[in-house]
Amino acid sequence: MVTEAHIRNLLRVVKDPEIPTVSLVDMGVVHRIDLPANGGVHVELIPTFSGCPAMSVMALEVEQVLRKAGFAPVTVAMNKQVAWHSNMISEEGRKGLLEHGLSPPPHYDPNTQDYALEAATCPHCGSTRTVLKNPFGPTLCRAIHQCLDCQETFEQFKPV
Amino acid sequence: MQEALKSLLLSLADDLLVIGHRNSEWTGMGPVLEEDIAFASMAQDKIGHALAFYELLHSLGEPEPDILAFTRQAADFRSCQLVEYPIGEYDFSLVRHFLFDYAYTTRLEALKSGSYAPLAALSERFLRELKYHTLHARTWVAQLGNATEEARLRMQSALNEALPMAYGIFEETPHTAGLVAEGIQPHEQELRDRWLAGISALIAGTPLKLPQPTAGDIRPYLGGRQGRHSEHLQPLLTEMTEVFAIDPAAAW
Repeated sequence: MVTEAHIRNLLRVVKDPEIPTVSLVDMGVVHRIDLPANGGVHVELIPTFSGCPAMSVMALEVEQVLRKAGFAPVTVAMNKQVAWHSNMISEEGRKGLLEHGLSPPPHYDPNTQDYALEAATCPHCGSTRTVLKNPFGPTLCRAIHQCLDCQETFEQFKPV
Repeated sequence: MQEALKSLLLSLADDLLVIGHRNSEWTGMGPVLEEDIAFASMAQDKIGHALAFYELLHSLGEPEPDILAFTRQAADFRSCQLVEYPIGEYDFSLVRHFLFDYAYTTRLEALKSGSYAPLAALSERFLRELKYHTLHARTWVAQLGNATEEARLRMQSALNEALPMAYGIFEETPHTAGLVAEGIQPHEQELRDRWLAGISALIAGTPLKLPQPTAGDIRPYLGGRQGRHSEHLQPLLTEMTEVFAIDPAAAW
């Protein structure tokens, strides 16, 4: 009997192409898994950043992984009605971000914590004495900060 | 009701596509590398938002997003005139971004608690991203507004030029009353007042002065929401649709 947990496990091999240490599952992008009686799988993904060009690649990879595992038919849909946010990244995902040299986003409430946008922990020395240098970075999900203790410039996965 | 909703979605999508295209023109041209990256990133977000609004229109029976974006002429666009003006000097682009993004935020805040659920859901999502755009805008407005005399003068002149254009964001259309009656959004004037209160408070932290409508020095640039545009929109559309016009089925 195939379960949702089994599918989730299979999907752990699909990584964010721009952050190869974090899986889609840990990113919180796999929203829903349906297992109809015909032996197929339907996966619903939620997009992270609206303009993120990596989303279509990830959807394609999800489809390929499940086909390869013998499921048919496989359908993957994007649900744009659900708002993804950075609190959905799992503990495992946060570790993966750090492993990739990215400061994980602080837990964040957009209604009350605007100051959180400017706060980051240095992934090199762990200091919180950091300044936001640019709210935009090499990809939509990253901001550039600088550490006032070790002086290193670093990227943060943005809290959204 | 469907018509009023579609007109709102079209004006939202068109505003975002056009300003996204304009902001993308700073790619490789920014005054410093960080600003190059910032304008390119904001353009990418805006075009992502435009796509979502065109998709919503498509779900209501309108053509596919690419058809909506790439096959219409200027007179079919419902974007406000503010977004179509050339990028000009960096001061103008920065002030336009400041005025537009606070107006867009004000509108999404209202739509988020409005009665049309799919639009409320998108608004909630986009507002999270938009916080970075407004953070970027207010940081630079404060920095340059409080910097040298030249910076202050240039920012003031850009503000004087762009504010009347930005009033056009809140142009009423024959559909506005219907949208208000359905609880989808408040009156445009109500939105404009909220926006003005927000930007006034931020401008107050600088020596810059917001031109006052009471002094009669603001003539809003109207007409965009009804398809009347400046001479700048059609050349932008012609350039943006060049590849599509050559091969509508091209894939890359």
